Amino acid sequence: MELIKPSFGLIFWMLLGFGIFFFILAKFVWPVITQGIASRNKKIQDQLEEAERVHAELGNLHFKHEQMLAQAKAERDDILNEARVISEKMKEESKIKADAEAQSIIADAKQAIQMEKMKAITDLKNEIANFSINIAEKIMTEELSDKQKQEQLIEKWVKESNLN
Amino acid sequence: MIYKKYSHWLTGLFVALFMVVCSLSLQASEDEGFNAGPFIIEHITDSYGWHICGDGDKSVTIPLPVLLVDDGHFVVFMSNKFHHGEAAYNGYAMGWGDQKGDIVKLADDYTGHLEEGVVYPVDHVCKFNISITKNVCALIISLILITWIFLSVAKQYKLRPNQAPKGLQAIVEPVIVFLQEEVIAPSLGKNAPKYTPFLLTLFFFILFNNLMGLIPIFPGGANLTGNIAVTGILALITFFVTQFSGKKEYWKDIINTPGVPWWLKIPLPVMPLVEIIGVFTKPFVLMVRLFANITAGHIIVLGFISLIFIFGQMAPALGYGVSVVSIFFYLFMSFLELLVSFIQAFVFTLLSAIYIGAACGEEEEELQLTE
Repeated sequence: MELIKPSFGLIFWMLLGFGIFFFILAKFVWPVITQGIASRNKKIQDQLEEAERVHAELGNLHFKHEQMLAQAKAERDDILNEARVISEKMKEESKIKADAEAQSIIADAKQAIQMEKMKAITDLKNEIANFSINIAEKIMTEELSDKQKQEQLIEKWVKESNLN
Repeated sequence: MIYKKYSHWLTGLFVALFMVVCSLSLQASEDEGFNAGPFIIEHITDSYGWHICGDGDKSVTIPLPVLLVDDGHFVVFMSNKFHHGEAAYNGYAMGWGDQKGDIVKLADDYTGHLEEGVVYPVDHVCKFNISITKNVCALIISLILITWIFLSVAKQYKLRPNQAPKGLQAIVEPVIVFLQEEVIAPSLGKNAPKYTPFLLTLFFFILFNNLMGLIPIFPGGANLTGNIAVTGILALITFFVTQFSGKKEYWKDIINTPGVPWWLKIPLPVMPLVEIIGVFTKPFVLMVRLFANITAGHIIVLGFISLIFIFGQMAPALGYGVSVVSIFFYLFMSFLELLVSFIQAFVFTLLSAIYIGAACGEEEEELQLTE
């Protein structure tokens, strides 16, 4: 029966020992540990939230950056386009100008050529006129020297004029 | 890593050591007949000295102080004066028969060897006996050890606040968190912080002493949590904590249990009677469950060890042969006991938390879920 008979001494020491033990643990150990765990949990939670916030901010920043980059690109494209258009225009203008100049030069040249040509033609006409008069004079003088031939010629002219 | 490297050597050493101990014990037991019953009882009950090894006069026992208050005098002497119950000192002797386990005062202040067959008249049993017995010694050692462990763990939280747990802290912390989140919080709800220190203390006290009880040699080996006085006090503390935290609803539910037909209450108060008995059976069951589980485990282990000596008495070779089987079963039981140590500590704490939670007026539904 010793097995299930609680002994006084053990009850006494158990109450005393467990009491002191509980006192020490409840005063110096459990509050420290539970608070330590709770504070660490809080810290981890806070840091997770912080990380999330920073991540979101970073995303936002990234977005902004992207936006800025896109804007800059667009601006650059605009500027380039504008430059291209201006240069095109300038090229076009200069071409038109050069064409016009060339045209005017050509026109001038043509005019000059025309004038020269006219002059030459006039000269040539005069020359030819003189020449033909000279020849005609010579022929006339040759032809009209004999009577028969004069008659023949007159006859021919009359025929021709009749035909007309 | 180091353990892995030397594990073969350690195992070999352990086996060799065991064989030596076995053979020494076998030789010792050959002298006088081996009786398993008293052998087991002797190992699971309390004693005035801490028996290490050997038998009779050749035994090695750590003497522990005997403290008595007798006739208003404070009496102190070492337990080795008793010579394992075979001698008396200043009239004090270890009781026998019905007084087994107590210290008795003999009629005359007799000092010396107690002869067998001679009747020594007993004057009285020393009632106020606060001797440092084997269990008290184990209690003190384990309390100092756990206090030291937990103080050092608590120091870690102060030294390295908000850092990842390390070493002992990393072993203890998951258990504490588990208890807080799975046992204490669901059972006690908003009252949890108030009872957390008690329940955690309870758990670690039971667990540590269960484990100490599994160690076969000196600082362990005392069957502390398998002692009815120890489990009784633990249950009693739970009982008082429960009653003192009882709210009006708790008492009202005991007197006038809701959800029960009226005829169970009115002419004959069957239900209130059952409820009132229940108030006392709950801690009683707590006490018996822990005591029985731990003691039973020790008895089985000791039974297997006893088998070696019983067979050894028939033939030494048979004893050696059986020892192989016995050791196998001993190891198996030890692992089982390891599991039981945790389970019993957990169950005691869980049930305590549920009882206290019920008294505090936590919602019934929540309690049923946890149960």
